[in-house]
Amino acid sequence: MIKALKILVFFLCLVPFLVLLWGLVTANLGTNPIERITHTTGDWILRFLVLTLAITPLRRLTGWNQLVRFRRMLGLFAFFYGCLHFTIYVLSIASLNVSEIANDIAKRPYITVGFTGFVLMIPLAITSTKKWIARLGGRRWQMLHRLIYVSAIAGVLHYLWLVKADIRYPARYAIAVGLLLLFRVWTAVRSRQPVTQVSGG
Amino acid sequence: MLIKKATDIPSSEITSEYVYRNRRQFLQAAAATLTAAGMGALVPTSSFASSKYDTEEMRTPERDVTSYNNYYEFGTGKDEPALNAKGFKLRPWTIAVSGMVKKPATYHIDDLLKGITMEDRIYRMRCVERWSMVIPWRGFPLATLINKLEPLPSAKFIKIQTLYAPDRMPEQRRPILHWPYTEGLRMDEAMNELTLLAIGVYGKEGPAQNGAPLRLITPWKYGFKGVKAIAKIEFTDKMPLTAWAEEAPHEYGFYANVNPAVDHPRWSQATESRLTGGLFDQLRPIKTQLFNGYTEYVERMYRGMDLRVNF
Repeated sequence: MIKALKILVFFLCLVPFLVLLWGLVTANLGTNPIERITHTTGDWILRFLVLTLAITPLRRLTGWNQLVRFRRMLGLFAFFYGCLHFTIYVLSIASLNVSEIANDIAKRPYITVGFTGFVLMIPLAITSTKKWIARLGGRRWQMLHRLIYVSAIAGVLHYLWLVKADIRYPARYAIAVGLLLLFRVWTAVRSRQPVTQVSGG
Repeated sequence: MLIKKATDIPSSEITSEYVYRNRRQFLQAAAATLTAAGMGALVPTSSFASSKYDTEEMRTPERDVTSYNNYYEFGTGKDEPALNAKGFKLRPWTIAVSGMVKKPATYHIDDLLKGITMEDRIYRMRCVERWSMVIPWRGFPLATLINKLEPLPSAKFIKIQTLYAPDRMPEQRRPILHWPYTEGLRMDEAMNELTLLAIGVYGKEGPAQNGAPLRLITPWKYGFKGVKAIAKIEFTDKMPLTAWAEEAPHEYGFYANVNPAVDHPRWSQATESRLTGGLFDQLRPIKTQLFNGYTEYVERMYRGMDLRVNF
């Protein structure tokens, strides 16, 4: 059952990519195809990061623990769209000019922060297998994978700093990521409470 | 005999030193234009007349010119203006002329345009966001209108504003920018032969999403200089605070001249992506030219100015 559902979710996650690919093949990506691809993949990175971050809170709220079995796939899709996003940037904006890319990353805060968020996803993608969980040990693996919080914040900042005046769209992601991270803070504080009670008593 | 004092001559009417010194070239160019115009009559290439200012580069298709617009009054998405400006009425339309000018009044647009011959010019347009187009505008030199209105010698700048009508321009209800959109030019820039007021694109009037009924075109400056749906013109001695300079003063200046050597804080301006209808053209960015390639017409206005400071 879960297995069939996972296959279904996998193909659903691939739909935005297939739509772009279809647009590319039929030359139907609008007036500024590069911009369309960049914006679409950028949006989907943030959406998948939000979905990945939503798994744990949803699990707690619904009690449906099987949800965690979708988390890796959602996280990897965030990385997949991140790779597309970065590739199209390198191909177009910087046209494979290494010094220009390095200059862009160093000089422009929105690119610095976006690039950081993307790079931090690389170790997470690599260590996403069961083998790596075993190799690192659950606790250390979990610590490492908290880097996704940084990636999500970086992604939101990247978008916020990019827009010229209208921050409605990035603000939606900022609120979503903010709430999901607040949930972590809240559960961390709550789980510490018994300890304080003991030390207080 | 009435002898005019020097101060009676508005600065807009004084022949600049550059034109004076290069008067032979100017005459040659004028002669060449006449010849070219004659040739044009023999070889009709398109539905609109050619001018000596035209670029030979591949034009951006009309569909793209009229469906990919930065026009925040009708939405911040590039495809929104074409949809949201659909029912926007271009008549009746009035333009309020005020300030240091002999004929301040609120004019009906058709009275203002009476007797002015429309021409077509194919210009490059470079957006500060790194994309560019090649667009055939229909319009006339701003200088023609300025001469009609007779600014006073004290007028050093022209301030131009978009219509403010939140009921007709829905996004003006939200504080995205300080409405109405304000732009401005120094008098010599306004009088420059390249500076146009456009009524449309591709040989006809409109459409609204491209700034009709009247918009500014300054092809050597970034696209945001091109204030659309003009409803107010003011002649002043103070440099106008323009919309984007007010929004982000460290990113946008008054001059906004296209300059590959002066980066926008968030974009390198060294190259641009020409929108001519294909992804693969875009994958080969072209080098952005100083003053968007219009140096010969505009460079003289900025001699001795530090373009890094006056960006």
